[in-house]
Amino acid sequence: MKKYVLGIAVGLIFLAYTTVLRHQHSEPVLAPTTLGQNNSTNQSASTTANSTTSTPTTTNSAATAQYRDGTFTGSVENAYYGNVQVSATIQGGKITNIDFLQSPDENPNSIYVNQQADPYLKQEAIKAQSSNVSTVSGATFTSSAFIQSLTSALSQATQS
Amino acid sequence: MKKTELIMGMPITVEFANKSATRHFKTVFDYFKEVDLRYSTYKTDSEITQINNGLPKSKWSSEMKTVIALCEQTRKETSGYFNIRHNGKLDPSGLVKGWAIANAAGLLQENKVSNFCIEAGGDVQVNGTDSDHRSWTVGIRNPFNIEEIIKVLAITSEGVATSGTYIRGQHIYDPHRPKRTLTRVKSLTVIGQNIYEADRFATAAFAMGEAGIKFIESIPNLEAYMVTDDKMATYTSGFERYAANV
Repeated sequence: MKKYVLGIAVGLIFLAYTTVLRHQHSEPVLAPTTLGQNNSTNQSASTTANSTTSTPTTTNSAATAQYRDGTFTGSVENAYYGNVQVSATIQGGKITNIDFLQSPDENPNSIYVNQQADPYLKQEAIKAQSSNVSTVSGATFTSSAFIQSLTSALSQATQS
Repeated sequence: MKKTELIMGMPITVEFANKSATRHFKTVFDYFKEVDLRYSTYKTDSEITQINNGLPKSKWSSEMKTVIALCEQTRKETSGYFNIRHNGKLDPSGLVKGWAIANAAGLLQENKVSNFCIEAGGDVQVNGTDSDHRSWTVGIRNPFNIEEIIKVLAITSEGVATSGTYIRGQHIYDPHRPKRTLTRVKSLTVIGQNIYEADRFATAAFAMGEAGIKFIESIPNLEAYMVTDDKMATYTSGFERYAANV
């Protein structure tokens, strides 16, 4: 049950995280404090997790006092084209930073690609389209691996 | 007629164009639940978990042997970019999603349902037409703004899959390897004759970086739309025939 509630809390943090990313037009560096302090969604996530833990470590705010301070390394999760592993840093009971220790950018193999394919490719600038569609295709893999690894990091932060 | 359930850790949506098909919502969702029971690496009693805990090959189900063989075939077809072995464990979930959607579509066709759209975690298989007797339309999500679409596909029997790194963001600082180059490819959408083909090749081609789209160009019956961090899209020579006029 505790694990389940923690999962929901991580999901909410994750939503807050994607909300933050969505509003970053020029893709700036993720500020170390965004996750822990600036987002009301995250506050509700903190409250949820708090209800599962009987030993808050700080007393200044009931809503943000559920995690032990420190840096916690999450599990390595398979994102199919590579591994994802994060570490979460907690200060004053809040998540102050998330680092990617591993991310699926590095390609282990080389591949023969027919250079003749090049001339056939075409390009265009992307632009938003407003249209009713039956459904939407988009990526999910990295995000689920991210959630798994972060859940594992935060579960360590709640162990007393 | 549309219904969504959360199975295999993701929302799965089934839409039928005809009311008469709605009794088959259960057919599809029950099938995905069965797949989850067998292939979930997060369930301690799933067959794949038992295999990773040492269940001998002689005791594997024949379906599992087929799936693992398909993974091995895909590994060879993609020069090793698709690989289900990680840290000594098998994790076929990168193939199972597309394979399961294709099988669910097959189940519907066996039951004489011909106008449907199945979407599971961003992967799509359609058949026939929608309730207005028009092609199904599939939006490609904007990797820079997940609430927007940047392209509309009009299809009647194909599968569409997208691989990407939306969540991580392009410029999140990695203190451990500050100098490394981050990938330029934000998302890669592949259209195939069915979702099984589209999904497994999207996964592998994404791992190839910018070379991935050339890899797709070189494979018959696959088309792709790649979005890079300069907000440009590169697409294969046959892609435009699937693009809707909007």
